[in-house]
Amino acid sequence: MFDQNQLPFDMVQLLDENGNGDEEALQQFSDEFLVTLYKWMRKARVIDERLLKMQRQGRIGTYAPFSGQEAAQIGSVLALEKEDWIFPSYREIAACLAHGLPLTQIFHYVRGHVLGGRTPEHLNIFPIQIIIGAQTLHATGCAWAAKLKGEKQVSVCYFGDGATSEGDFHEAMNFASVYQVPVIFFCQNNQYAISVPVHKQTASWTIAQKAIAYGMKGVLVDGNDALAVYKTMKEAVDSARNGEGPMLIEALTYRLGPHTTSDDPTKYRSAEEAEQWRRKKDPLHRLRVLLEKRGLWTEEKEEAWVAQANDEITAAYEEAVAAETGSIVDVFDYVYGKPSKLLQEQQQEAARRKQGKEVK
Amino acid sequence: MAEKTMIQAINEAMRQEMERDERVIVLGEDVGKNGGVFRATDGLLEQFGDRRVFDTPLAESGIIGTSIGLAVNGFRPIAEIQFLGFVYQAMDQLAAQAARLRFRSAGRFTCPLVVRSPYGGGVRTPELHSDALEALFTHSPGLKIVMPSNAYDAKGLLISAIRDEDPVLFLEPMKLYRALRMEVPDEPYEIPLGKARVVKEGEDVTIISWGAAVPLVAKLAVEMKSKGIDAEVIDLRCLQPLDIDTIVESVEKTGRVMIVHEAVKTNGFGAEIAALISERALFTLSAPIVRVTGYDTPYPVPSVEDDWLPNAARIFEGVQMLMRY
Repeated sequence: MFDQNQLPFDMVQLLDENGNGDEEALQQFSDEFLVTLYKWMRKARVIDERLLKMQRQGRIGTYAPFSGQEAAQIGSVLALEKEDWIFPSYREIAACLAHGLPLTQIFHYVRGHVLGGRTPEHLNIFPIQIIIGAQTLHATGCAWAAKLKGEKQVSVCYFGDGATSEGDFHEAMNFASVYQVPVIFFCQNNQYAISVPVHKQTASWTIAQKAIAYGMKGVLVDGNDALAVYKTMKEAVDSARNGEGPMLIEALTYRLGPHTTSDDPTKYRSAEEAEQWRRKKDPLHRLRVLLEKRGLWTEEKEEAWVAQANDEITAAYEEAVAAETGSIVDVFDYVYGKPSKLLQEQQQEAARRKQGKEVK
Repeated sequence: MAEKTMIQAINEAMRQEMERDERVIVLGEDVGKNGGVFRATDGLLEQFGDRRVFDTPLAESGIIGTSIGLAVNGFRPIAEIQFLGFVYQAMDQLAAQAARLRFRSAGRFTCPLVVRSPYGGGVRTPELHSDALEALFTHSPGLKIVMPSNAYDAKGLLISAIRDEDPVLFLEPMKLYRALRMEVPDEPYEIPLGKARVVKEGEDVTIISWGAAVPLVAKLAVEMKSKGIDAEVIDLRCLQPLDIDTIVESVEKTGRVMIVHEAVKTNGFGAEIAALISERALFTLSAPIVRVTGYDTPYPVPSVEDDWLPNAARIFEGVQMLMRY
């Protein structure tokens, strides 16, 4: 009988649950980098909690929280250069922000602004993907284009454990490896695809091992250890940039909240389980312990960082609310480069209604 | 100018666009060494090399999905789906991803992609090779749908499709690939997308058709003339964008309408045309609109496909019914 032990995957970890690690390995990270990393993660947590609250207050629409996954997202995206591409799903708001997406744009998106999906011209961030795994192929095609043009951009595709069951994921891995394109498949295995646990999603012991069948390197990393994620991602990015082909990274993590604001996680997982991850494995906790040891963290600093994050969120939210939300008339402009006659007629009808005029 | 088949015209269009614009690349199953199962891409690999022409892994969703990424990052891919019946495997990437990219990104990203695919019956293919599935895609805003019916149109429309900024589904009637030869200019030329062609002018009845059915309809219209019925034949060439003006103008002249298409009847694109005519020209009609189409079954086995497809007998019967009013 096949024994999966024949496919050993050690988990990369630099910082354990208590914030301890091999001192020598930790020396490679400067104080400045550690503070930047922690501040981003802290800010991301505050944003997530605020957005969740705003959804409950009816100020934004359906929202997919990411608390618990800050190390996986920030740790990975900080290893990229600004010109690198990211292809996010709906749970990668932290990664998008750290790659440069303005917070106001996030508010436009979650408030349903007509232009909410438009990322700024200078940023290589693809629109947030809703269809599970569809973006794996887009990232592969984009990386393929970079390779054909001789450009050095790397494309990073974010997805969850559920996406690894989709055909597109497998087709993307296959294409990427056949053409040796600079794409990194970054799976945040947060243990649940809505309510279905990962052991019911796949019978393989790890997701990382799926890389073997496609002829590429797979790495399993502790996704709540921001330093291990950063190091793993940096190596993957450097290798892809050097023309060494794609890589699959599985970041083992946990979503502390619901899948979206529409489901209740107590129906499909125990409170003890979530509490254990919150108490013992929280990515912010372990990095904070390290910062404290290095004399980089105090209660006051933490309060100041949180206050600063809150101020930024308030300012971005107010800016978003003050902006014109766009109208039904605008949506017709983004279907084709030039609308057809029939589409123009519908746009004119919508415009007349909007102006309160009687429609013939 | 030389006489060419449709497949030669299609091949020439791709070759000339690849010569003109180095962003144009070709990818799909068997499009390289083999030159495509119908030879549409014959010689392209030899001329442009393996950095412009790609024999991809056998994966329809992969072909369209990676083409989207290629298009976003500077290329103009021409992707082939070997037979249209295989497009279901790429349905999300085509109908939900390529079609909606401009909309989802509010204009930040566009997808200048052409998906070519042979379709159409009467050639005794195995199951899921002949199906006419164009109506599925007319329900996906953001896609353009082009269906040539002759070699001249195929070249000009394909060149326009390749130069277009939006994703275009280019459906090639496989029965017509080598059925006829006609004069096709050697130099590149464009036929604008969304402009129908009046194949034959007439006074008594308007017959609207597209793609594989057009040559049959045109031939029958000549026979009708000898029997005293003067039919106007319109080849739509594009379903999206649709040339509604040419349709309405003709209907207002003749007052009688027949729509002929190979796809199944229910929710076929003929139903949309009938609805548009009823919205815009109902009171010029002298008779109910008649549709002659494939029946509402899956595309049948070869022994019965000639009876299933719109054929001369069914079209004549439909015209006689129209003329009785």
